[in-house]
Amino acid sequence: MKIKQISVFLENKKGRLYEALKALADAGVNIRALSIADTSDFGILRMIVNNPEGAKKALEDAGFTTKISSVIAVAVKDRPGGLAEVLKILYDGDINVEYVYAFVEKSGEEALVVLRTNNLDKTIDLLKSAGIKLLDSSAVENL
Amino acid sequence: MNYWNKDMETLPMEKLRELQLERLKAIVKYAYERVPFYRKKFDEVGIKPEDIKSLEDIRYIPFTSKADLREVYPFGMFALPLSEIVEIHSSSGTTGKPVVMGYTRRDLETWKEVMARSLVAFGVTKEDIIQIAYGYGLFTGGLGFHYGALTLGATIVPASAGNTRRQIELMKDFGTTVIACTPSYALYLAEYAKDEMGIDPRTLKLRAGSFGAEMWTEEMRREIENRFGLKAYNVYGLTEIIGPGVAHECLEQNGLHIWEDHFYPEIIDPETGEPLPEGTKGELVLTTLTKEGVPMIRFRTRDITAFIPGTCPCGRTGRRIARIQGRTDDMIKVRGVMLFPYQIEKAILEVQGVEPHYQIILTRPQHLDEIEVQVEMSKEVFSDDVKTIENLRKKLEKRIEETVGIRVKVTLVEPKSLPRSEGKAKRVIDKRGLI
Repeated sequence: MKIKQISVFLENKKGRLYEALKALADAGVNIRALSIADTSDFGILRMIVNNPEGAKKALEDAGFTTKISSVIAVAVKDRPGGLAEVLKILYDGDINVEYVYAFVEKSGEEALVVLRTNNLDKTIDLLKSAGIKLLDSSAVENL
Repeated sequence: MNYWNKDMETLPMEKLRELQLERLKAIVKYAYERVPFYRKKFDEVGIKPEDIKSLEDIRYIPFTSKADLREVYPFGMFALPLSEIVEIHSSSGTTGKPVVMGYTRRDLETWKEVMARSLVAFGVTKEDIIQIAYGYGLFTGGLGFHYGALTLGATIVPASAGNTRRQIELMKDFGTTVIACTPSYALYLAEYAKDEMGIDPRTLKLRAGSFGAEMWTEEMRREIENRFGLKAYNVYGLTEIIGPGVAHECLEQNGLHIWEDHFYPEIIDPETGEPLPEGTKGELVLTTLTKEGVPMIRFRTRDITAFIPGTCPCGRTGRRIARIQGRTDDMIKVRGVMLFPYQIEKAILEVQGVEPHYQIILTRPQHLDEIEVQVEMSKEVFSDDVKTIENLRKKLEKRIEETVGIRVKVTLVEPKSLPRSEGKAKRVIDKRGLI
């Protein structure tokens, strides 16, 4: 149930985000979800895309450092408290969330979020047994 | 304990200083009278040979630089007519006009003497078979070792540099016990023997080696020792002074003894020219006390080292210098601390485990020097997690600070964003406006 996320190292320099996204656009990669973690010196661009391997190649050809890592995509109810409900399960299960960000699109009536925790396998088990819907990679890529 | 010239090598300190003063006075007078270059330099600062009354007075004499020697190419520094000169050596001149040195018959005797002392200092005897893999020719390495070994009576294999396969065959077939070459060539020899010839270097009879003519480290020493199963020693010398044989390590492997009855050493602050206390790193300055052909007065070697305090258990009284730790050309001085790009490189390598691409940027925002080290992010260490990258950055800062002794700011930059150049990379950008 894990999905692939591609992350890119960005120096805090004018135009770098544009250049990264331009490389993806030229390669015909579609971005499903995106976030940037930034510090004073550098940023990490994290994305869920329709073609992670193609995205990696396009970015590396353009001179970027990238990494593909595993995250999970969770469908949460699109109403107040929807995400909190999921986080409560993790809190009770003693799981630490490293980061979370949202998809551009919805899946039916549900909002989609990307979750990265300190223990993905346990997170998956906990959420599944609580009846929370997780999306697999083909579902994500076909959004 | 074995010496070549026990009286001179173990001369009590007071006696040695007396001898040095006597010789210093004589050589200064000799140089002033015979070499117009020195006369002009002395006259410019208004100093006369008679003004030198103690060894400390040497500090009033102007320095001689490599640039000075180039200006008077080829024979301008010679104190005697060519009829008295029996051999000429020269630097390669890769960085400008070559430097030319001429030896009288007595200078050659001195060279033989100091090289024989150097060989005996690390245990070479006439029973040894010594393979000299330094180049023979204008370069002083090959012939310097040759003269020393000849004087000592060891069996010389004058292999000269290059022809690696042949070098190893000679070692194997002749049973070479002592090798003299550059440390990097020694490592190459070991690799070649193993990979290309299927010979384990440890099965050769080599038991000791004298390595120099380039900068190397303690790690390299251990590596060479392990690969060959020999003991590796440091040799120091330079064409301008005599060639190899200015200083050599003894069996203690703890610093190189300078043959002080022939070469007077000083360690100075390369920026102010002032002498530095024992144990402090600085530039080595050498004066030849006995050389007739081309006397060298206060020659700035540009080599960075320090006197090792205390006496050596081997009994030699000549002061020891630490292995050469850098060149003043590469040196950066930040907040009064001397540092070298290779130290920073080593620290990064220890943290990242990959050959680093980096650049050192010096600024002085508020009258205080700041160092920024930009390190290229590599695939191997990149993570999607900010914390991991921040930790890496902090680890780099900590390791560099531990190595060079001052705080630096590390910035991680994108790969290939730092300029590449053929050969030597431009590692230091000085924006302090000092130069």
